[in-house]
Amino acid sequence: MVTLSEKILGAQAGTYVDRKVDKAFCHDGTGIQAKIIYDAIGAPGLANPDAVYVIYDHIAPANNSQTAELQAELRTFAENGAHFREIGSGICHQVMAEGLVHPGEVVIGADSHSCTLGALGAFATGVGASDMAGIWVSGETWLRVPDSIGLHLSGSLKAGVEWKDVALSYVAELGMDGGTYDALEFTGEAAPSVPMEGRLTLCNMAVEAGAKTGLFYADTETRRYLAGYSVPCHMQLPENPVYVRECDLDLSSLEPVCAVPHRVDTIQPVSQLAGIALDQVFIGTCTNGRFEDLTRAARILKGHRVKVRTIVVPASERDYLQAITTGVAADLVKAGCIMGPPGCGPCLGAHMGVLGEGEVALSTANRNFKNRMGVGASYYLCSPSTAAASALVGEIADPREVL
Amino acid sequence: MTALKGSGPAVCIGEDIDTDLVIAGRYLRTKDWSLWAKHVFEDLDPTLASRLQGSVLVAGKNMGCGSSREQAARALHEAGVLAVIAPSFARIFFRNCINVGLPVLECNIPECRDGMMVTFDCTEGWITVDGIRHEFLPLSSRMQEILSNGGLVEYWKRRLER
Repeated sequence: MVTLSEKILGAQAGTYVDRKVDKAFCHDGTGIQAKIIYDAIGAPGLANPDAVYVIYDHIAPANNSQTAELQAELRTFAENGAHFREIGSGICHQVMAEGLVHPGEVVIGADSHSCTLGALGAFATGVGASDMAGIWVSGETWLRVPDSIGLHLSGSLKAGVEWKDVALSYVAELGMDGGTYDALEFTGEAAPSVPMEGRLTLCNMAVEAGAKTGLFYADTETRRYLAGYSVPCHMQLPENPVYVRECDLDLSSLEPVCAVPHRVDTIQPVSQLAGIALDQVFIGTCTNGRFEDLTRAARILKGHRVKVRTIVVPASERDYLQAITTGVAADLVKAGCIMGPPGCGPCLGAHMGVLGEGEVALSTANRNFKNRMGVGASYYLCSPSTAAASALVGEIADPREVL
Repeated sequence: MTALKGSGPAVCIGEDIDTDLVIAGRYLRTKDWSLWAKHVFEDLDPTLASRLQGSVLVAGKNMGCGSSREQAARALHEAGVLAVIAPSFARIFFRNCINVGLPVLECNIPECRDGMMVTFDCTEGWITVDGIRHEFLPLSSRMQEILSNGGLVEYWKRRLER
């Protein structure tokens, strides 16, 4: 009669608990702010350095000397006590997903999309810089055990429909604040068949519905995935969890969709948006920059040429290397795509692909907030296949027409 | 120190205000926190920043959604906001506000308009808007302790001293 969050946190929904943090990570953006707070507290050292990860992804490489100096300061701090991952390693959530996070752990990241790691059966959530500094000081944090919403998956995806379409669809169903203070549990007959890359995409967007985290139970797919990193996996079984709300999502009924400017919870079928002219396409981010995403885009772009500037940014060094050794990267570059170094790329509007006023873009990211990727620009969110199909014609296009 | 009770004129903003709108990404990379106070809400309404000193910010539902950037909470605190009131908050923003020493009160006051006098008491859990009283769930004792220390820095300093 307990939810996965209650099981991992060891207490009933609605109660406050203090918990040891198994993995605490931050990036160049939040990390430096956490260091400022940490210095101000004046602690004698990191309580549990082995749990602390600093991963450079947000502005990687640095875009100006101010950023470079802040990064240098945090780098010196991290290299002397914590696990440090230099620019080019990849997006913090993806790096942590590559064998570092294990089922049943309490994982806290100083970034809102830390909920991505619930895909591995961990309780993973985002905090701000002060909370991260507090975790560095004490090795623990307080949490309110969330209520859970059950998202029951059934059926199977049709050709041209991807996990990103599922993610955008459930966020639209719940609304931008539909999961506030809650956790989303992905269950149902179709859940075991969701591949890990799909689970990461689905859990990544939980915060876009306001949720504290999204979770999948660790199962044979989790075990298979973690075996690739030589990590053992303890399976988790649902124990008749009690949900505050339940939603059924029939995968068979879904079609390719875009979130339209400037709300993540407002979607339209791609077929209805076809023909909207684009200035830029971006394939990447912690939602959709994995090798499987790049492969789906390359399948559409191979042997053709994009008609609009198209930026592709692998989520991690591992994803990048896989794309190189399999020829996927070559297919993308030959098609006219610009490959960026592993990291967040233009997602946060800080460098490398910022949009100009009045420009329209299509992005596989998780947010289309006003001005986020460029002041006065508009952007639609979509799946990698929709992005690739659209890049071929320079306007929004339905991937089912080119598959 | 943070005042757990106080009063000030309301500054009202809309629903689903994301942290990108509170403080834009282009201003994040700095150690100069006063910069955030200057540019707070710039993309929402450039006149807001100058009206925040001594005010009570009254938002619609889902205040502070989006990015975990603590700079959003810090910017409001630096700009002199006394407290933020909304019917619901995005949870990371809610936590960040407490951590920087800015009271956040979960309460629906739809009748509130710009300039109305808002009085709040975090420990007893009530708000008055032009004299009309509303009650809300008081913050937990831990949150009150962090707030009464002025934020997480002082809270941890004191805990380490013990």
